[in-house]
Amino acid sequence: MDFRLTEDQRALRRGVRELLDRSFGRDALRAAVERGSLDRELWRELGAAGFFALRLPEEAGGVGLGLPEAVLLFEEAGRALLPGPLIATHLAAGEVPGAAEGAAVVTAVDPSGFVEWLTEADTVRGEAGSAVPVRSVDPLTPLHRVPGAGGARPDPDRPDRADPADWADRADPADPADPAAREAREAQEAQEASLLTAAEQLGSAARTTELAVAHARTREQFGQPIGAFQAVKHLCAQMLVRTELARAAVYAAAVTADPVEIAGARLLADEAATLCARDCLQVHGGMGFTWEADVHLHLKRAWVRAERGLSGAAAEELVAARL
Amino acid sequence: MELAYTEEEEEFRARLREWLAAALPGLPPKPDPLDWPARRAYDCGWQRRLYDAGYGHVHWDASPTQRLIFLEETERAGAPYVGANFVGLLHAGPTIAAEGTPAQRERWLEPVLRGDEVWCQGFSEPEAGSDLAALRTRAVRDGDAYVVTGQKIWTSHAEAADWCELLVRTDPDAPRHRGISWLAMPMDAPGITVRPLRTLAGSTEFAEMFLDEVRVPVANRVGEENDGWRVTMVTLSFERGTAFVGEVVACRRVLGELARTARKNGTWDDPVLRRRLGRLGAEFQALWRLTQWNVSEAQASGGVPGTGGSVFKLRYSHARQELYDAAAAVLGPEALDLGREWNQDRLSSLSYTIAAGTSQIQQNIVAERILGLPKGR
Ligand SMILES: Cc1cc2nc3c(=O)[nH]c(=O)nc-3n(C[C@H](O)[C@H](O)[C@H](O)COP(=O)(O)OP(=O)(O)OC[C@H]3O[C@@H](n4cnc5c(N)ncnc54)[C@H](O)[C@@H]3O)c2cc1C
Repeated sequence: MDFRLTEDQRALRRGVRELLDRSFGRDALRAAVERGSLDRELWRELGAAGFFALRLPEEAGGVGLGLPEAVLLFEEAGRALLPGPLIATHLAAGEVPGAAEGAAVVTAVDPSGFVEWLTEADTVRGEAGSAVPVRSVDPLTPLHRVPGAGGARPDPDRPDRADPADWADRADPADPADPAAREAREAQEAQEASLLTAAEQLGSAARTTELAVAHARTREQFGQPIGAFQAVKHLCAQMLVRTELARAAVYAAAVTADPVEIAGARLLADEAATLCARDCLQVHGGMGFTWEADVHLHLKRAWVRAERGLSGAAAEELVAARL
Repeated sequence: MELAYTEEEEEFRARLREWLAAALPGLPPKPDPLDWPARRAYDCGWQRRLYDAGYGHVHWDASPTQRLIFLEETERAGAPYVGANFVGLLHAGPTIAAEGTPAQRERWLEPVLRGDEVWCQGFSEPEAGSDLAALRTRAVRDGDAYVVTGQKIWTSHAEAADWCELLVRTDPDAPRHRGISWLAMPMDAPGITVRPLRTLAGSTEFAEMFLDEVRVPVANRVGEENDGWRVTMVTLSFERGTAFVGEVVACRRVLGELARTARKNGTWDDPVLRRRLGRLGAEFQALWRLTQWNVSEAQASGGVPGTGGSVFKLRYSHARQELYDAAAAVLGPEALDLGREWNQDRLSSLSYTIAAGTSQIQQNIVAERILGLPKGR
């Protein structure tokens, strides 16, 4: 048994990190926040690098790798706060034309009733017919809500605004009409989406831990770096512990692909991403509360991801059921 | 990244499973937890049987993967855990194996593996707990022996032990980390007084130890004179790095029992409690995966476990306490009955964030040695 990353996996991670540093570094991130729209050129670049086709067999023009490699990829995406319906497009590769190459942007109606990046998408999987826009908490994840669907509860004081656009022309032509077939596909995709979401959360947790530690090493108060104070040191240590436990859980779930293990990994990764972002904000003091610091972007995205697919309560129930 | 076991490893598992199935029914009944001589006899008897069957060495000589399989299978079968042999098997033994001379390894390792000799750990002192390097117990050289005088405290299993891994100050004038030596002290030497201390769980599992001119042969020093701090770091890395690994498997079993009890007594219908157990399930599953990760790392680097052990110990010690708090929630008012095993375990779990380095000290270690944050003044 050797649970560590293989040399190939390490190389893959290095490669993706370099690509994202180059194509979606800090300046690009801040520009994307200002712009609010999806960068199609970057999307194609990701496609060319195999981001979406990673798990398609080589005969089908893919890279032929598996879930563990996909997890490494999405961990890097989470670190970099890469925007867009990455998971939906990755899952659609090989089914929706253009998805694999990054020529098409594919989004999906989440079981929670939310749809990310609906106006930018070329293809929408699931019933988004009556979706209405929402003022998204995350400036880099535009959201729509499908009234009555999933866990999203209607606000009795604020009825859903009328005038929904018609998204029917973007429906996935390959979407099976047969409800049983559709359900089977959705179940499989829900598993994978949960795991890849957990991977993004892990990357974000690792990144906010790094940001906090870097700040704690250099920012001085009372004549010494704040990282020399135990109160700060212990925040940072807890961040690392949460992240490393989540890492072990997410990687193992990628290897076993067991639904209950995936649910458990999601719980730990959601916890790591949201709590590490909060602690990172705390370590940054007043600066952490500003729009200029990236911390809030990590926290807000972590919140959005935590609502995707499997809810925390459902994940806990799933694990409990197997005890 | 893989979690599969090789064919040889699966063969090892199959043989062990078969052996356990045959060996366990003949086991004597569990001793009274407060009766130390009986506990020693029970634990050593089990270790002897493992030794005779070729599994005595598994805690430090076998491959780390074999050790994981051993822990999984013994726990699954409900076999006894190391008990009174904890120090000898899990950190004094491995320290001697890593740092001792051939003669020392010859003298001390076999008896530990055979279950003939039990060890205890004499590190902490009344004025030196978290700040271990502040220890004052003195050892003065007299011919071929050290004459040791001082006091130790919290010495687990001292009543039952034959040997003590003892830290002493051999050079009072040197900087505090540089004047320490690591000795193997025979517990029957004249001048040793052991006074049991009662834990909050009611047992006398640890003790105070008074040392009055105890003669310890110089040949019993492991490592160089005044180089004991380095040897101590090796001991602590075993103690924090690998010693608790087996308990994760045990906690997972307890959690399963908790769920069964909850289903029977109706508490399972409470979604808050059910979800709390679900979260603990995810937690212990992840801790086991983290263990496999750490073992893979240790296997690759060979030998002494790294600081990953502190990450594990921090999270595990809290998870264990949460587990037994959840047990109390499942039991309801029955949680007040000390006759039930879980309630004793709940009391014992309170020591986990203190013993083997408190959570505060572990967080300092993670922050300074892994994250590279500056030391405070
Ligand atoms: C059940 C049990 C078994 C044990 N068995 C053994 C044994 O066999 N052999 C042995 O040698 N020892 C043993 N110990 C001792 C154990 O290692 C010490 O209790 C532990 O290291 C803490 O030391 P202390 O008790 O002196 O507490 P202190 O060091 O006085 O600590 C008290 C509190 O202050 C905090 N603190 C201290 N220093 C710092 C700091 N720098 N930063 C932040 N917080 C700090 C601690 O975290 C703790 O909360 C055992 C302890 C227990 C509970």
